[in-house]
Amino acid sequence: MNLRRFILIAIPYVWLLALFLVPFGIVLKIALSDYALSIPPYTPTLDFSAGWEGIRAFFAALDLENFIFLTEDDLYWRAYLSSLQIALLATFVTLLVGFPIAYGIAQASPAWRPTLLMLVILPFWTSFLIRVYAWIGILSNEGFLNQALMSIGIISEPLTILNTNWAVYIGIVYTYLPFMVLPIYAALDRLDGSLIEAAEDLGCSRFSAFWLVTFPLSRQGVIAGCLLVFIPALGEFVIPSLLGGSKTLMIGKVLFEEFFANRDWPVASAVAVILVLLLIIPIIFFQRNEQRQREQD
Amino acid sequence: MKIISLALTVALMTGAAAAEEVRVYNWSDYIDEALLKKFQEETGITLIYDVFDSNEILETKLLAGSSGYDVVVPTGAFLQRQIQAGVFQKLDKDKLSNAGNIWDMIESRTEKYDPDNAYSINYMWGTTGMGVNINKVREVLGDDAPVDSLELVFNPENMKKLSSCGVYFLDAPTELIPAALKYLGEDPDSHDPKVIAKTEEVLSAVAPHVQKFNSSEYINALANGEICVALGWSGDILQARDRAAEADNGVEIEFHAPKEGALMWFDQMAIPADAPNPEAAHKFLNFILDAQNMATASNYVYYANGNKASQAFLDEEVISDPAIYPSAETMENLYTVTPWEPRTQRSATRMWTKIKSGT
Repeated sequence: MNLRRFILIAIPYVWLLALFLVPFGIVLKIALSDYALSIPPYTPTLDFSAGWEGIRAFFAALDLENFIFLTEDDLYWRAYLSSLQIALLATFVTLLVGFPIAYGIAQASPAWRPTLLMLVILPFWTSFLIRVYAWIGILSNEGFLNQALMSIGIISEPLTILNTNWAVYIGIVYTYLPFMVLPIYAALDRLDGSLIEAAEDLGCSRFSAFWLVTFPLSRQGVIAGCLLVFIPALGEFVIPSLLGGSKTLMIGKVLFEEFFANRDWPVASAVAVILVLLLIIPIIFFQRNEQRQREQD
Repeated sequence: MKIISLALTVALMTGAAAAEEVRVYNWSDYIDEALLKKFQEETGITLIYDVFDSNEILETKLLAGSSGYDVVVPTGAFLQRQIQAGVFQKLDKDKLSNAGNIWDMIESRTEKYDPDNAYSINYMWGTTGMGVNINKVREVLGDDAPVDSLELVFNPENMKKLSSCGVYFLDAPTELIPAALKYLGEDPDSHDPKVIAKTEEVLSAVAPHVQKFNSSEYINALANGEICVALGWSGDILQARDRAAEADNGVEIEFHAPKEGALMWFDQMAIPADAPNPEAAHKFLNFILDAQNMATASNYVYYANGNKASQAFLDEEVISDPAIYPSAETMENLYTVTPWEPRTQRSATRMWTKIKSGT
């Protein structure tokens, strides 16, 4: 019995260790190394055959040089900030679009819900890459959107959307919308309808009942949805490189350049380590806060 | 992640040792696919053919190790650095019975990158220059548009006007920075960071008028009239010319090597040191060295090759086109470049990011 309990508790920790801490350790190790023209393109590499001496020499050769380099060039900070801005704004817009959809599905008659949920999930059956490519066809100067707008006479010159930040926002909101809708729907679905009836009976207008009862009770879903959108959007590479222009500055693109154009794995790894820290710190802070609130309740 | 899964696949494959395979990693739009079929029919070896569109991507895969490829095609300066990193194995010349077809004139030039040509054979070579939609450019810049000069793409006045019909540049700092150096009258092969930094002003002034920095999309964009000027590779632009002529869409494309001097580059076929099947890789190289096969490839992609014997089988329009096989006089005017040191490389890439993003 005790063994079973132990295994049950151990599984998530093993998972975390194998799929997060070990890879992170490897990336951190490369971030502390130096560029070299060799396979692999960094030095030092751990040499176990030399025993303790080898391991000591290995650790002695690690340093923070790459992190210092990142602070010396403003490119990196501007890329982090610009990514943060794009990810935050895109998450907010996704919430604005996703919440009504989730609310609508939760309010629909139970017979309709599976169909509506299916419609949200259906685009996933096509490859992510193809869906992003499809937006090129829609947003380009000769694309469907401009043709449609021009044929009904709203605009006379095509709008330049493709290769700008606008296209990046559209791409992120479109791609991550289901990640926002599903957790919010799950939260709204569990909502006890009698609470809203009670609020209305006690004199709440429909709007204030929504704002004072429905929304706070769906908070967990909103937060989960926002994290599911914000985290991948922050490091997004495919969407800005296909839909964005050369002026779109995102850390995912900078990371790609460091890795591929400069072949500088150590600096690329340092950029990645900071990105992970940027994501983890707010999540830990958020969880602490949650826990404290739960304890207070 | 990708590297790990790739390594895993390779490990599984070598373990299984199924039908014989050879994996070739070449540039996109760079071969007549009939040749791939012919190779499989002649040798019975299954050919797996993947493509890339930048030397940087190829080098990253090679330096990660266990790329799983048997034949790869880096450009000269990249090859040189990769040889230093120990990426390749020496060719076994005994297995290359067609080596006698190699053109000594090209071999003497590729020695700069690969001493004694110990590690590689030349596949194609060409120049970097301007692809011009001649009617549109004349419409915008007038009949005396400087289509054969770097003035066309590095003079902001011209570029501002051309941006109305669309311009693409190669996303290749190792080629555009030397071109900008040539425009400034500097040594295009300079490794001095201070000299290289001088090109920032030239490139930054024209970058806002460049619709896109990309190294493969300009073939189609030129051919269907989406853009009017591309700074790109000779054969790609000639392929665009051909596609436009086939489509009969009224688009007329010309290739011009800049009169100030054009970069001459060599794409070399080499075998990685950890190639799973070096035996089959040699067979593939020998197949490519065959005069008729090489001629088929050049007739299709409009690039000159380093195979003297193939010239007898080249189409008249290929061998006599000075944009493909330049005249002796133009050859004099071509220059080559060597790889930068890591520090210079870093500052050049940083400058390139700055130029492209305008920040």
